[in-house]
Amino acid sequence: MGSRASTLLRDEEIEEIKKETGFSHSQITRLYSRFTSLDKGENGTLSREDFQRIPELAINPLGDRIINAFFPEGEDQVNFRGFMRTLAHFRPIEDNEKSKDQNGPEPLNSRSNKLHFAFRLYDLDKDDKISRDELLQVLRMMVGVNISDEQLGSIADRTIQEADQDGDSAISFAEFVKAFQYL
Amino acid sequence: MEAWGAAVAAALSVWFALVLGLILLPSVVGLSLGISELYMTVLVKTLEWATRRIEKGVKKQQARMLKDSASNGIIQRVDTTMEKEIASLHRADFELSDIFYFCREGFEAIVEDEVTQRFSSEELVSWNLLTRTNINFQYISLRLTIVWVIGVLVRYCLLLPLRLTLATIGIHSMIVGTTLVGCLPNGSIKDWLSELVHLTSSRILVRALSGTIHYHNKENKPQKGGICVANHTSPIDVIILTNDGCYAMVGQTHGGLMGVIQRATVKACPHVWFERSEVKDRHLVMKRLKEHVADKNKLPILIFPEGTCINNTSVMMFKKGSFEIGGTIYPVAIKYDPQFGDAFWNSSKYNAVSYLLRLMTSWAIVCNVWYLPPMVREEGEDAVQFANRVKSAIALQGGLTELPWDGGLKRAKVKETFKEEQQKNYSKMIVGNGSSGNLSSGTEPD
Repeated sequence: MGSRASTLLRDEEIEEIKKETGFSHSQITRLYSRFTSLDKGENGTLSREDFQRIPELAINPLGDRIINAFFPEGEDQVNFRGFMRTLAHFRPIEDNEKSKDQNGPEPLNSRSNKLHFAFRLYDLDKDDKISRDELLQVLRMMVGVNISDEQLGSIADRTIQEADQDGDSAISFAEFVKAFQYL
Repeated sequence: MEAWGAAVAAALSVWFALVLGLILLPSVVGLSLGISELYMTVLVKTLEWATRRIEKGVKKQQARMLKDSASNGIIQRVDTTMEKEIASLHRADFELSDIFYFCREGFEAIVEDEVTQRFSSEELVSWNLLTRTNINFQYISLRLTIVWVIGVLVRYCLLLPLRLTLATIGIHSMIVGTTLVGCLPNGSIKDWLSELVHLTSSRILVRALSGTIHYHNKENKPQKGGICVANHTSPIDVIILTNDGCYAMVGQTHGGLMGVIQRATVKACPHVWFERSEVKDRHLVMKRLKEHVADKNKLPILIFPEGTCINNTSVMMFKKGSFEIGGTIYPVAIKYDPQFGDAFWNSSKYNAVSYLLRLMTSWAIVCNVWYLPPMVREEGEDAVQFANRVKSAIALQGGLTELPWDGGLKRAKVKETFKEEQQKNYSKMIVGNGSSGNLSSGTEPD
């Protein structure tokens, strides 16, 4: 009469994930049920198709980029640990965490890590800079066919101009962070 | 040996006599002897006791665990539209931070989305002593285990054989009865007998599932020449509805047992069965249905516009085809109580036989059926709007969530047009085109 979901996930594993991501015990078991229900192939990993099966994600203009963020470089499958690690970026900050000690490793969902995550969504080639082309690509994904190339180009130019401080016509991570200062 | 044989024969004949007298005969006249009610009362008391024991036991162990699993949502959604969200951040231009809106929506969809959860059984708040619904409930006490064991014995050794017997008798009576009635010449006697046969078989089948059905607003029951429309959870929806009235079924011809039943019943009463090839021809289907509806002597058609089984927590998109036939629509809302047995058929997980076995080894099937007042298509209303209006009425009455998504998403991919709509809306905002588009996702772009 034990619980089915957590018997497939050993307690030690749950503890490790808890330490790494900060999710609670029950959240981890719930997310594990979610993981297994998405895993139609029942092989313990998710593929890109498994994600695409979620209608609300499939119609998200940035859906493909977000799905990509779950998969490590060059791989096509993500296991539960990887799934949780990526999800942890968007875990809401609990009140009892706000005054955590500053000496420990930065939690995955800290503001800086969230910004880093967003930066990586723009920076396709991972050269730590958002070039005009990369910005244009993301813009094109978000607006579809509704805005002309010229107009989109000028939007991209303006954005880079506003954020760029060292004059290299690209946005580095530091410049990216500065642009968010007002949020 | 002979004594054994005689004893078994005697036991069997007593058994059948009881079944005949207590269940079959009352079914013919539609009486109820109160046995099911007694069973239900005992069952409800037992489950309430079990719930209290679980809650007490859990308080001793891990206090937070039960509470967290009872909450069916893991994320706190902020219900804003794209416009409000992005507009609140700034104004008519693109900003690097816009990406966060889509990010958040994406992550929320990954953790818990509105659509895929409708294609698997509803989670229970407290355990109902069936192993199949045991997700997060742990060992509590010896007494509970004993009750569970008794439950297993009762369900598998007592109820299952009884239900199988009844189901066999019910199906046989339907086939034989309708074939016999079909031999009669058309006329009012034939209709009356056909009704009797259909009703009796339905009643026997409902008892085969230990069904407790509460019908509300019987004054709105579908009339002849109308179309009855209901939300779809499982094939037994049909039995639930025919238990209280006679309908003309609509469907595709099957082979096997279903085919035999279809061929037999259509002799007694004009059901509308389509060959596989005919189903593809929409005009032909429409024509036949229109003809049926136009004849005021024919029984109301029964249609499930969702087109597929949904898990009874929500109503998904109604396909507009049923609403283009014309005539009066009689909406019916069906809501099952999942505490006693899960009626939802997850056809990707269970085949027909295992589904029926699961049904027959549940405690009971309890449901509420509401007959809603008839609706007609209004002036200037197209089929899609009419379909949505009926859908809202059914969702409201049954206490179900209303979703614009297509039930077909169970198997098919979502159409690109929805993504394009989102992109269009976003473009309008950053280019500052003045009036914001309406975020009407889910309309059928057919």
